Amino acid sequence: MKKIIFGIAFLIFFSFLIVSAINMRTFGEPAYSEMDDYFIENAQSETGANNVVTSVVFDYRGFDTLGEATVLFTAVVGVIALFRGVKK
Amino acid sequence: MKEMSRIVKTVTNFVYGFIIIFGFYIIAHGHLTPGGGFQGGAVVGSAFALLLVSYGSLNSQKFLKKDILSLFEGFGLILFIVLGFSGLGITFFYNFLANSGGWFGNAAVIGVNPGNMNTGGVIPLMNIAVGLEVLSAFGVIVLTMASAAEFTKKKEKS
Repeated sequence: MKKIIFGIAFLIFFSFLIVSAINMRTFGEPAYSEMDDYFIENAQSETGANNVVTSVVFDYRGFDTLGEATVLFTAVVGVIALFRGVKK
Repeated sequence: MKEMSRIVKTVTNFVYGFIIIFGFYIIAHGHLTPGGGFQGGAVVGSAFALLLVSYGSLNSQKFLKKDILSLFEGFGLILFIVLGFSGLGITFFYNFLANSGGWFGNAAVIGVNPGNMNTGGVIPLMNIAVGLEVLSAFGVIVLTMASAAEFTKKKEKS
């Protein structure tokens, strides 16, 4: 009984997924592209870097990269704290 | 971890310098070619892991010092935060060196071009800081886990 209920629920959910996948926008044509056009046109002159991805990661969204570096630092602190009793 | 055979050690001696140089190349050219601090640091960290696997954890502690790597990790993160704060005259993480004519301050040529190393403002310095942090973080994690595994094995035997 439980299996049948879960099966019907899964079928309904999966049909919704199929319908939304069919109605999806074609690849490479987003609805709003003001942000992308701004980066592509102005990143080279504003940041002076040829690599637009790096200029986004380290300049426009530098705060995000600060968070990633802090997460890595915290991971290392956690590993060292886990094995802190181990003498060489 | 035991050391591996003579073949593996010879190939490691031949190849690990090239891997480390390739990683530093990816870090230093992060503002011109695909890659950057995180990716180059991961490449150099994989070279450390190769050294550790082929030479064993007891032998590799002669040339991979955990304390020095830990020091470099903190230094990299502090350098990154200082670079973020030094643009604080306008906004946090402002690129104050770009197009200024000084360090890394040349203006980039607009359009498709191979690029100039002396551009990018604060981005190459941040790449170096993040790369230093990531490579030493990988080294510290691998070395700590290897020495812990050695300790556990010794405890099980006794």
